[in-house]
Amino acid sequence: MRSFSLIDFISLVEALRWTVALVVLALVFGAPLALGLAMGRISRFAGLRWTMAGLIQTIQSVPLLGLLFFFYFGMPVFLGIQVPAIIAVTVAYTLYTAAFLGEIWRGGLEAVKQAQWEAGACLGLSAWQQFRHIIAPQALRLSLPPTVGFLVQLIKGTSLASILGFVELARAGQVVSAATFQPLLTYALVAAIYFALCLPLTLWSRSLEARLDGSR
Amino acid sequence: MALVEIRDVHKTFGKTEVLKGVSLDVEEGEIVTIIGRSGSGKSTLLRCINALESVDTGEIHVEGARVHAKMPDLKKFRQRVGIVFQAFNLFPHLKVERNITLAPLLTGRIDKAKARALAEDVLTRVGLADKIDAWPEQLSGGQQQRVAIARCLAMAPHLMLFDEVTSALDPELVGEVLKVMEAMAKQGMTMILVTHEMGFARNVANRIVFMHQGRVWEQGPPAKLFANPETPELASFIASAK
Repeated sequence: MRSFSLIDFISLVEALRWTVALVVLALVFGAPLALGLAMGRISRFAGLRWTMAGLIQTIQSVPLLGLLFFFYFGMPVFLGIQVPAIIAVTVAYTLYTAAFLGEIWRGGLEAVKQAQWEAGACLGLSAWQQFRHIIAPQALRLSLPPTVGFLVQLIKGTSLASILGFVELARAGQVVSAATFQPLLTYALVAAIYFALCLPLTLWSRSLEARLDGSR
Repeated sequence: MALVEIRDVHKTFGKTEVLKGVSLDVEEGEIVTIIGRSGSGKSTLLRCINALESVDTGEIHVEGARVHAKMPDLKKFRQRVGIVFQAFNLFPHLKVERNITLAPLLTGRIDKAKARALAEDVLTRVGLADKIDAWPEQLSGGQQQRVAIARCLAMAPHLMLFDEVTSALDPELVGEVLKVMEAMAKQGMTMILVTHEMGFARNVANRIVFMHQGRVWEQGPPAKLFANPETPELASFIASAK
């Protein structure tokens, strides 16, 4: 046993690397998928709409912990594929992000009036041009606050990766607390770091909400 | 050959037959005003001309080409036929200039260097040259509608459709929009309007088309139609619109 020192604090901050890495991985792979899901959900083709809705519904119904377990422990059992932890975690967080962001963005896209599509079509624009230049920018503005809200959820959600052995912030907290026997101090610090990470985002989201006000 | 030829068009929404065999020709340079009670199929007919709605049976030809939602050059066709809506439908996230130049730039009608000049030109024609850098929400309803008209003009259409463009405006703003339309009429633009503005129909239109229950009930020059309606339906419509 040793007392809590600067080294412990540094190891906590260092573990932030994994927290940030997991968030970045989830967004890099999850956001494009989310866009695809959102566009599928508003497609003209009923079959595509239902498929995407089913996918989103399924992923949203499974706890994040369940997704992590499935891809790390489940894949070897069901499919006989041993996946490296980083792959399993990336896939799980990607799907989680895609499902929730996809649904948020779908709402944003649908909140833009149908007449805006029509106005673009009447000027001779293609469906893609209407989406890209008229609908998407408006939907993005409408979706920004809930998107940032989800980002905060995601940051906190990365703590679950600790159970698969990732030494991210939460896991580092466990390690430090075990070594120093000062759980109260350690976890208070961990909480403070999460707070410091999420608060600016929350504030940013709130200011966006006030500034954009849905219209422009 | 007429610019617009409509032949025995039928259109049904669900169980309601909105158009029950409409035929109508519009010559180049003509200003045709469609009047009638709500539900008589005026707006639907207008939307069919632009392929925003597809007809069930019958045919519509514009400049000799048959109009339907799957026509091969639908995008090119829509660039030649402008439509202005009751609700303006400006793009709220773009300034006035970009509202106007977006489509001409994306469709390759003009290049970037000429965009601003084009916006200035069409805005001058609707009397709003000073609003080029404004956001749509900073404009009054009448100004927004004039920008919407300018946006159409920027595509240099051969035919303009107006779907109750003054119905959403405060009474004191109606005049400025009608004035712009009147100026366009004088410049020889072919126009088909659906409107409740009887004064405008009387003074500007070459021809009035009275629609009733999904049919062209009666049509003719405004002076004759308003003075001597042949059908009791038109007579009662004129009486109620006064």
